[in-house]
Amino acid sequence: MNLTIDHILAGISAGGQYALIAIGYTMVYGILRLINFAHGDVFMASGLIIVYLTTAMPLQYAIPVVVIATVLLGFLIERAAYKPLRQAPRMSVMISAIGVSYLIQNLALYITGGLPQTYPSIPWVSDSVEIFGAITKRVTVITPILTLILVVLLVVLIRYTKIGMAMRAVSKDFETSQLMGIKINKVISTTFIIGSFLACIGSLLYFTSYQSVTPTSGAMPGLKAFVAAVFGGIGSIPGAVVGAFVIGICENIIKSSTDFSIFSDAFTFALLIIVLCVKPTGLFGEKTTDKV
Amino acid sequence: MKNKKIVYKAIDIALIVVLFALVFLADQFLPSYDIKFKVLQKGAVFALVAVSMNLLNGFTGLFSLGQAGFMLLGAYTYAIFTIPNESRLAVYKYYTMTNAAGEEVGGLVQTVLPMGIAIILAGVVAAVFAYFIGLPVLRLKSDYLAIASLGFAEILRAICQWKGLGTLTNGSNQLRMYPYFNSIMPYFLIAGLCIAIIALLIKSTYGRAFKAIRDDEIAAEAMGINLAKHKMISFVTSSFFAGVGGALFAMYQNTIQAKPFTTTLTYEILLIVVIGGIGSISGSVFASFLYIACSEWWLRFLDTDGVIPGLTRNGFRLVVFSAAIMVIVLFFRRGIMGDKEFSTERLVKGAKNLGSRFSKKKEVK
Repeated sequence: MNLTIDHILAGISAGGQYALIAIGYTMVYGILRLINFAHGDVFMASGLIIVYLTTAMPLQYAIPVVVIATVLLGFLIERAAYKPLRQAPRMSVMISAIGVSYLIQNLALYITGGLPQTYPSIPWVSDSVEIFGAITKRVTVITPILTLILVVLLVVLIRYTKIGMAMRAVSKDFETSQLMGIKINKVISTTFIIGSFLACIGSLLYFTSYQSVTPTSGAMPGLKAFVAAVFGGIGSIPGAVVGAFVIGICENIIKSSTDFSIFSDAFTFALLIIVLCVKPTGLFGEKTTDKV
Repeated sequence: MKNKKIVYKAIDIALIVVLFALVFLADQFLPSYDIKFKVLQKGAVFALVAVSMNLLNGFTGLFSLGQAGFMLLGAYTYAIFTIPNESRLAVYKYYTMTNAAGEEVGGLVQTVLPMGIAIILAGVVAAVFAYFIGLPVLRLKSDYLAIASLGFAEILRAICQWKGLGTLTNGSNQLRMYPYFNSIMPYFLIAGLCIAIIALLIKSTYGRAFKAIRDDEIAAEAMGINLAKHKMISFVTSSFFAGVGGALFAMYQNTIQAKPFTTTLTYEILLIVVIGGIGSISGSVFASFLYIACSEWWLRFLDTDGVIPGLTRNGFRLVVFSAAIMVIVLFFRRGIMGDKEFSTERLVKGAKNLGSRFSKKKEVK
């Protein structure tokens, strides 16, 4: 029995981490119609940055600095790799995203020399606690709570602020909102900044529970978070969160069985394919029609 | 005019003959541990896989990212059916079985096929899987198609590593001791033949239908092209050749494991296609050799310590390389060839145009 509680707790925690990444995907897709393949690598880069920062400064300074650095990275990627292709076909932008992902991974490989880096343990958050008889790190409990708080804040931001209104308008109709005087580049940059910020928080929580960072450790969580976003209906923030929790929990239950644990990653994609075939718009997605 | 065209065609064919003659010479004089030997082999394998991906992405407009999965199927099929029976016990040491005679044998498959048939079978297995994967996946549009095909590739990889199929795939252990060519020529011959078939397919009515679908699906449907059927033909054909490419890749590597067939491999192939020009067969071929030569050979010096003090060390090569790729993706979106094909005729015309442009400039002065 303890084993199952353990796995469900780990699943909820993983779900929260995926949710924070998935929001970045879903917001970018909602506005640019682009699968930002580099998002998972931004998440990984954020983990690496803090590893190197903590060798130079104490943790309480390192965390704010890593948040700023990650946000800056997300912002720069958009400016350098996606903005020049705004008028180009969608396939070019997607290829550019894949290129950025390749570049970040190789850069990380160069800097780390290919060795896994040990993530610094954050005091209090990394401590062990006991819940329902299962011993786990405190981060497992904090993650879902923090995720929900951040999501509520984000929803409030999108519903009730001017920039949020602009974001909704741009995701509805790119060209018309431009005609209405919305500064499109500002909105897109803001989206990337919010996405990277959440990815950074997600990376803090994720690597605290997994403890080691390698250049490719962003790829899988990134893809899973994207699947979560599709599952919940791409473009919808509550959808992404629900999808992420479903995937996180299911994945950890599969991991608990010794025979099928190799399928924990494959399951995510099987779920994706089923969703795409049965209900392509996802759980909370809006119906769209193609115009000639 | 017509004579001229024939002359150009003859020169094109002569160039191909010269190329194969050079490969023949390379086989005679290069030792098999030479880096050029490896580059030529791997270049030929990747050229085939890149062209097969180009058929899908460049000519039919289906943005699929499942190429690594089909390569994996081809590689595994080839390896499983060519390991000699006497070596099977050593390869499948964790998955031995007892056969009808009560002897201990390695693995489920005990048939050994000749190399040629195994290579074709590799393609056929990949094509059959592609048909069933295509049924749900090809109904999806652009990004969703990309992510779903990528997902299928990941699922295939997980299945190949599953213990439950260990007697067939050897679980997550590697397959080895299967026969391979220790020269360059066979790789060039097989890849060349496959690329020629793809080129002929693209020139046929099917190829025109593919291009029509790429340019405008709705218009193509209105012209009476059966979308589902043509997309499926393109997908299955592309996967067949990806499977053959996978078999060649298995030979090039000497040992095969499911691990390297990740999405990163698909991305690499996609980048080759982009560098060569989306929608150009000859572009993909050039880009493949260029890509492999750069990543394996020409940029090696960047990995040695001290070439540029404090900067060059292990891994720097790939950073420079991926930065260069980004430059191509952002600023030279058409790649080397755009959507044109290489021919002597075009080369001569291009040179003439360039010449006249320079002479005109002089006149203005």
